[in-house]
Amino acid sequence: MMSPLVIIIVVWPVRGKENTTLPKRIRPDESGVDFSVEKAGKEGYNRGLKLSLNRTEIMAGKLIQLRTPLDDSAVKSLRAGDEALISGVVYAARDQAHKRLCELIARGEKLPVDLRGAAIYFVGPTPARPGQVIGAAGPTTSSRMDAFSPILYAQGLRATIGKGYRSQAVREALRQYGAVHFSALGGAGALLSKHIVKCETAAYEDLGTEAIRRLEFRDFPAVVAYDAYGASVYKDK
Amino acid sequence: MITRNIPYHTVVNAVKDLVIRIAYELPGDVKQALRDAVGRESNPRAKHSLEQLIENYRIAEAEKIPLCQDTGLAVAFVEWGTQTAITPPHDKPDATITDAINEGIASGYKEGFLRKSVVAEPLNTRDNTNTNTPAVIHLTVVPGEHLRIWLMAKGGGCENKSQFRMFNPTEKKEVIAGWIVETAKNAGANACPPFVVGVGLGGDFEQCCLLSKKALLRDIGSQHPQPFYAQMEKELLQAVNASGLGPQGLGGDTTALALFIETAPCHIASLPVAVNIECHSHRHGRITL
Repeated sequence: MMSPLVIIIVVWPVRGKENTTLPKRIRPDESGVDFSVEKAGKEGYNRGLKLSLNRTEIMAGKLIQLRTPLDDSAVKSLRAGDEALISGVVYAARDQAHKRLCELIARGEKLPVDLRGAAIYFVGPTPARPGQVIGAAGPTTSSRMDAFSPILYAQGLRATIGKGYRSQAVREALRQYGAVHFSALGGAGALLSKHIVKCETAAYEDLGTEAIRRLEFRDFPAVVAYDAYGASVYKDK
Repeated sequence: MITRNIPYHTVVNAVKDLVIRIAYELPGDVKQALRDAVGRESNPRAKHSLEQLIENYRIAEAEKIPLCQDTGLAVAFVEWGTQTAITPPHDKPDATITDAINEGIASGYKEGFLRKSVVAEPLNTRDNTNTNTPAVIHLTVVPGEHLRIWLMAKGGGCENKSQFRMFNPTEKKEVIAGWIVETAKNAGANACPPFVVGVGLGGDFEQCCLLSKKALLRDIGSQHPQPFYAQMEKELLQAVNASGLGPQGLGGDTTALALFIETAPCHIASLPVAVNIECHSHRHGRITL
C-alpha cells in the first residue's frame, strides 16, 4: 500500500515590503551582531547583551533591531510578543514630566522636546556616579502614565517603554495614532543601564529624578507588549 | 537598668553602610532562589528573564550600579534591648535612635548614589525630601543588651499592589487561601514578579499589615514553626506559581520565589488578612550592635 502523500505548505507571514526603513529582522545564523571583544565596552554589557541575543534568538527565531525615530512602517511591522533591541535617542519621562507636558498641550503651548516619531522610556534613574553615564535605569509602572500617553501619541509620539499593563484607552490610542508600547524587564536596573550610552537633561531639571532626559540607547532589550493593531502580549490584560 | 551605652554615631554609620550594601547586593538566599528558579523554569522566555535577573545582580555588585532604580522607601524593624541606651552627640543632646536611623539612611542614600524617593506629604505639594527620609521605623523592646536593626528597601511598584481584607471568623481556609493567591496574581507584571509574598493572619487592622511586612524578613527556605501554617505556606506558594503569571508577567512557572505567613492572636469577631507583595529585588539586611 502506498503511504499517503502529505504536502506541507509553509506560509511565512509577510508584514510589509522589505526596504531600508523597515527594522532589520535578525535570524540566528545572520545576527550581524559582533560578540567579539573589539566591540567590547564593559564586560557586563557584553555578557548581558550576549545573553539577551542568544537566548532570544533560539526562543523566537528572530530579533528585531529598531532605531529611533520610528517611522510608520517600522511601527506597523511590529506585533505583540516580538522581541526588539532598540537603539537611538529615547526620552526619559515619568509621572510629573507627563503631567507638565500634557498641561502645555492643553494650553496650546510649545513642548520642550519634539515628540514626532519619538520614543519615551518611563524611568527615574538613580544618580550616576562620577564616570558613569547613568545610574540604575529600569522601567517604572506604565499604568501610571495611562491618562497622559494618549495625549502624547496624538502629538506624534511613536513608542513608549515601561513595565506592566496599559489601559483600554491606551490600546485604542495606539491603534488610532499608529504607535507601540514596549515592556522592559522590571527590576533589572543595573543590566538595562548598560544599554544606555548617553544621558543629558532635556527639560524640567527641577524635577530631579523625574526630569526629562535625552538618552541614547544601544541595543536596549524590550518586548512589544501592545502593538498598533490592538493586540497584547499579556493574557487577559 | 542600663548596662550598655552605644554611641549615636555607631548606629548612624552602621545603618549607612547597611543601606548602601543592600542597594547593590542581593542577600544570598534570594540569589540562590533565582538560580534555583532558572533550573526549574520550563518556559523559555521566563527562563531568559530569570537569567537576566541573575546577570543584573552580578552587574550591580561588580560595577556598583544599584540593583534597581527604585532604591525604595527604607523600612526598619528594630529590636531594642532594655539594658541598652544610645549616647547622643554633644550638639544634639535630645537625639534618639529614630534620629540615628534616619541620619544613617540620609547619608547612605547620598554617599551611595541612591535615588531619593520620599515626598514630604502625600497629596498637596508632594515635595521630595531629598534625603529619602523619614524611614518607616518599627521598634520592639526586648530583654538584654543588644540592638538589632533589620532594614528593607521597599520598592513602590510592589508595595502598591499589597492588600488588606477583613474576613468573617468562620470563613473557610480555602476561601482565604483563594483570596491570597488572587491578590498575588492580580499584582501582575506591575509589581515585578517573581515575588516574595508576605502574609499576615490575625492581629488587628494595623498589626495584621505589619505581620505581612515582617514575614518578608524570613530566610527563603525557612518554614513556619507550626505544621498547619508551614503546610499552608507550601500550598499557597504552589498555587501562586500555578497561576502562570511568570517573570515580567509574560508567562512561566516562576511567579513567586517564596511565601511566608506570620500570625497573631485576634478578636473573636475578626479574621484580618494582609498580603504584602515584594518584588524579586528583595533588598534587605540585618545588623546587630
